[in-house]
Amino acid sequence: MRALPWLYLAVAFGFIYLPVGALVLFSFQGGTLPVPPFDGPSLRWYRAVLTDRDLMAALGNSLMVALGSSAVAAALGFLAAYGLARHRIPGAGLLRALLIAPMTVSYLIVGLGLLIVLNRAGLPLSLWSAGLGHVVINLPLCFAIIYGAMGAQQQNAERAARDLGADEARVILLITVPMLAPAIAAAFFLSVTLSWDEFIIAFLLTRFDVTLPVEIWSLLRSGLSPETNAIGSLVFLVSVALVLSLELLVFGRRRS
Amino acid sequence: MTAAIALAVPEHRFGSFTALRDIRLDIAAGEYVVLLGPSGCGKTTLLSILGGFLTPSAGRVTVGGHDMTRVPPARRPTTTVFQDYALFPHMSLRDNVAFGLRMAGMRQSARHEAADRLLAMVGLAGAESKRPHELSGGQRQRVALARALAVEPDVLLLDEPLGALDLKLRRTMQDELKAIQRRLGTTFVHVTHDQEEAMAIADRIVVMNAGRIEDQGPPDRVYRYPTSLFAAQFMGETNRISARGRGGRIESELGPVPLSAPAEGPLTLCLRPEALRAGRGGWRLGSAQIADAAFFGTHYRVHLVPRTAPDMRLVAHLPPDARPEPGAAMELAVDPGDVAVFPEAPQ
Repeated sequence: MRALPWLYLAVAFGFIYLPVGALVLFSFQGGTLPVPPFDGPSLRWYRAVLTDRDLMAALGNSLMVALGSSAVAAALGFLAAYGLARHRIPGAGLLRALLIAPMTVSYLIVGLGLLIVLNRAGLPLSLWSAGLGHVVINLPLCFAIIYGAMGAQQQNAERAARDLGADEARVILLITVPMLAPAIAAAFFLSVTLSWDEFIIAFLLTRFDVTLPVEIWSLLRSGLSPETNAIGSLVFLVSVALVLSLELLVFGRRRS
Repeated sequence: MTAAIALAVPEHRFGSFTALRDIRLDIAAGEYVVLLGPSGCGKTTLLSILGGFLTPSAGRVTVGGHDMTRVPPARRPTTTVFQDYALFPHMSLRDNVAFGLRMAGMRQSARHEAADRLLAMVGLAGAESKRPHELSGGQRQRVALARALAVEPDVLLLDEPLGALDLKLRRTMQDELKAIQRRLGTTFVHVTHDQEEAMAIADRIVVMNAGRIEDQGPPDRVYRYPTSLFAAQFMGETNRISARGRGGRIESELGPVPLSAPAEGPLTLCLRPEALRAGRGGWRLGSAQIADAAFFGTHYRVHLVPRTAPDMRLVAHLPPDARPEPGAAMELAVDPGDVAVFPEAPQ
């Protein structure tokens, strides 16, 4: 009977990680098809990926959009959370609900809505519009994380800082932001990971310069190739690195 | 630095709740004033008005002769030691203490020097680069004190600063607070609900209840000759005896009292346990039976049942050599000067 829980665990993890494992394994495939039998290991597809100029440009674009949109989302989320947590505003409950509500809207709807607005406004589609879309989807998340972390402890410290002569800007800069740094960093890194592999909005709102998921999608249209496995493995590696650094930098420090 | 405070707040309301009424408080420069009262009596509200965290619904606050009623905390010559200390967890102790000086634009080396000096004053030399979470409660309290004193305020406000400490540490910190206040000469306004703490440190105790000032004066005066029944009951243990004023004389449950009545009708007499003694001089309460006795080192605490009022229980502190025996009878007397009389029925 003892074996049963372990078996369950193995099946559960197998279910989660088998596809990823297969993807990574066949990225080292020697032949031209990412299907068994495995005839590697070979790094030829990684060479192909790293020398593919379009792919590398898309990777750079993705990084820029992810970092830029996440920074904006985290900053706006912090300001909204600070305002709603520290000031009595008429209709604060409604404002909070309106800030969080976009989380429940599907990315497809958000992307289509933005596409219509941008077209009507005569604004061109670019990495900027994709970044804008990512701010829209990540702002509710950033707001929720940072707002949830705001408690009486910071409020009392802010009051003490004011008592000691700090003006509002310095209260926020020297007290609130450093005390909320773990929450702000968590919001930022989560936004980065979400933006990093977001496809629908990026697909709808970019045109000539595209992000990595969009580029991968256009690769897939020409059929399966271990090259897509290789690029997928690289993307996966970056996501894992982000999550690990988040875990170590942010949550690890809070625990100590 | 130090300054006098004049505060006149006829009323302060939170919505429909009146938190303070008819408050007039004048505090001399360099005085150590303790605001004492049960929770909800308005003492912390009063302190917040002094610190600038609340603007009174009506009235005026002056510090050092300057009107401060609408001046924000940052620009008042007051600083506060908060109940939960409110230290900055992401800063070293040195940066915590130097924070006010940094806001005042002092350069880093000078403010670090000043911070180290203050940390040494509160007994934390050598811990300058530690973080608040590495400290015990008593040490955090000292850092909060050093941080508030670093900007050399005219008035230091302390909001139940010793509430979170254990009894022994609290007594030690009381002595230290008093010594620091004496050395600096800064006006201290200290809020507490602990009457022993108030007596231990205050130059003047302000007893508050339900938003009003009930009594104020030096600890011994407020304890021995309180001007209100509430103050008498809050400032330590007391025996309440119901009485009536009739024709200028006092008739009590324990017989006539050799004092003139302040009013006709129901009266309350308050007797401190240590005012009761064995003997026949002064006001004689008659014979009483000892119900039980416990030895407290400095005194015996005994419960007594007067023969003339068998439903009554009196608490008395008898001298340590009295050896009271439970079941034995004793003659009780009290000096009429130790009886406080209030023209209202016991609550």
